[in-house]
Amino acid sequence: MSSVEGSVKPRAAGWRLERWLPQLVVSPIFALSLFFVYGFIAWTVYISFTKSRMLPVYEFIGLAQYERLWATPRWHVALENLFVFGGLFIFGCLLIGLLLAIFLDQRIRAEGVLRTIYLYPMALSFIVTGTAWKWILNPGLGIEKLVRDMGFPNFTFDWLVNPEMAIYTVVIAGIWQSSGYVMALFLAGLRSVDDDILKAAAIDGAGPIRTYAGIILPMLGPVLLSAVIILTHLAVKSFDLIIALTGGGPGYATDVPATFMYAYAFQRSELGMAAASAVMMLATILAIMVPYLYSELREKDR
Amino acid sequence: MRSERWFMAAACAAGLFLSSQAVQAQGEVEVLHWWTSGGEAAAVGELKQSYEAEGGTWIDSPIAGGGGDAAMTALRARVVSGNPPAAVQLKGPGIQEWADQGALASVEDVAGENSWDEHLPEVLAGIMKFEGEYVAAPVNIHRVDWLWANPEVLARVDAEMPTTWEEFNAVADKLQAEGITPLAHGGQPWQDATLFEVLVLGIGGPDFYRSALVDLNEEALESQTMVDVFDQLRKLRGYVDPNFSGRDWNLATAMVMNGEAGFQIMGDWAKGEFLAAGKVPGKDFLCAAAPGNGFLLNSDSIAFFNVRDGDQQEGQKVLASLIMSPDFQESFNLAKGSIPARTDVALDAFDECAQRSRADLEAAIEADALLPSMAHEMAVPRTVRGEFMDVVTNFFNSDMSSQDAVETLSSAIERAQL
Repeated sequence: MSSVEGSVKPRAAGWRLERWLPQLVVSPIFALSLFFVYGFIAWTVYISFTKSRMLPVYEFIGLAQYERLWATPRWHVALENLFVFGGLFIFGCLLIGLLLAIFLDQRIRAEGVLRTIYLYPMALSFIVTGTAWKWILNPGLGIEKLVRDMGFPNFTFDWLVNPEMAIYTVVIAGIWQSSGYVMALFLAGLRSVDDDILKAAAIDGAGPIRTYAGIILPMLGPVLLSAVIILTHLAVKSFDLIIALTGGGPGYATDVPATFMYAYAFQRSELGMAAASAVMMLATILAIMVPYLYSELREKDR
Repeated sequence: MRSERWFMAAACAAGLFLSSQAVQAQGEVEVLHWWTSGGEAAAVGELKQSYEAEGGTWIDSPIAGGGGDAAMTALRARVVSGNPPAAVQLKGPGIQEWADQGALASVEDVAGENSWDEHLPEVLAGIMKFEGEYVAAPVNIHRVDWLWANPEVLARVDAEMPTTWEEFNAVADKLQAEGITPLAHGGQPWQDATLFEVLVLGIGGPDFYRSALVDLNEEALESQTMVDVFDQLRKLRGYVDPNFSGRDWNLATAMVMNGEAGFQIMGDWAKGEFLAAGKVPGKDFLCAAAPGNGFLLNSDSIAFFNVRDGDQQEGQKVLASLIMSPDFQESFNLAKGSIPARTDVALDAFDECAQRSRADLEAAIEADALLPSMAHEMAVPRTVRGEFMDVVTNFFNSDMSSQDAVETLSSAIERAQL
């Protein structure tokens, strides 16, 4: 049919094709993401209201899985760990990243080399980071043994195997991995500050501390926001780092919601409860993302 | 276009050729399993060879990772999509769960013909059956409650193999005074749960074990005996070196081998590690039942799934009778370190630990003290086992009191059965 039309009015057909081409190209991808992302989100939500165990079943039982989830001590440990890890990880990365960026911004020698060195951990996968830090922090192999062999037999650094402290080792490894990336973000922000402003500040007699605190840092607001958003989603979906570093242990002391969900879905045959925990994770992310998206969209409308 | 057509024709021809091949062979069977490490891979290789010697086609589907978690995920996907493998490595109540879903095929005619009932311990046969018909075949019997020791280390403190937990504690205290780690252990949930169940049997006895860990009786779970079990578990925690967290079981076995540690409490797959290192039982290492009167049973088995293809059904039958043949049971278990599931297979080729295992097995059957292992997925569904492991491992890694542990355990088990 289209060939007949084309032979009669070639210019109109070409124009029509041009108009529809973007939609045609985008629509399969749109359909795929609609199905595979939002379709499965809907399916997971549905499963969380059923009594699915080993295989998915579609018998509706209301909020029972959520009641079980919130009665499980392990879930509370996982949530608490998420807040401890997320809070310290985001704050630590921002602080160290900002300091490194400011130091590198002082027109020092060999800046390119240093920048690469700090950024390189980002090129590793979390599995590699986790495995390397597991060896470094292992009391029998790493830091503790090293210091003891140097002549301090009473030195202890057993955070990795201490259930109270193990979550902080995950924070250390996470900050080591990601602060270089935050540094790169801030450095780009610092470099984009107009030289004229700095010169004006210098003429007005502002010292370096005053210049940074009063002028440059407030201008980095948008960079800070993107850094926080990126770090937050890294923290909420952190899974591989914990699996490699502590395996969720000792016991389940370093469980986070992602490892909890994996354990219940794939090791325990508790699909319904795992789906409930996944929905809770989604709700956490939405609680952060929705206000952000809302403020972004509103700004564009203006 | 022409090349495309040619390709189609070739593909059709190949398909015809392949299917005609399959018809000629004596059945075909796809086996999904996670026997992928050293001794295990060798053992499953035995099965493959015997099957192919019968003229069948063996399609190997090994899925490694997560102690079978990855394989179970694959299995779920295959069953839901209506294309299950003919035979799957599956154990314990997992067999019942799949049978409940109507996914398993009966091999009762093969079992009846070869009178499996007469050759298998009743407890084990019960696990293999669904509604009175065999749906799975066991390949071996592992004993979980073993105590492994290094005789040289014991000689340093003039100690013998302990036969009660008091004796064990006394020897361990002496070892600790000498600066030797008394108990080699790896801090992984299933290993913690292994210690726990061995203590439940050792302190509470077989009837208490059955009531608490198999029947999940609330009274037993909350009893004073359970508090005593946790007290002893706390003691064992003191005998473990500070660096135990996350260690694999075979590294703990190596500690006993090297004389760094005195004992290990672990199933008889640990024997495979000793033997692989060229150690001689009775001389380089000692094996004894952990204190307690009973036999904690762990058994690997192959379950048969409903397949529509006649060829595959034929293959299942051949495989089932092969698994239960005395020859296979002997060669497989020599490779894996366990003992045959059939109690009528002679153990002349096996070492003294295996012979001891058989003698204790027979005694336990006699005394009604043959019990399925909780930590190794023989007694309760994975859901319940997971709750046990959470509580035990949390207790082992914290300073929780035994009383609190018992209360947490009881409410966790109740929640899991919801």
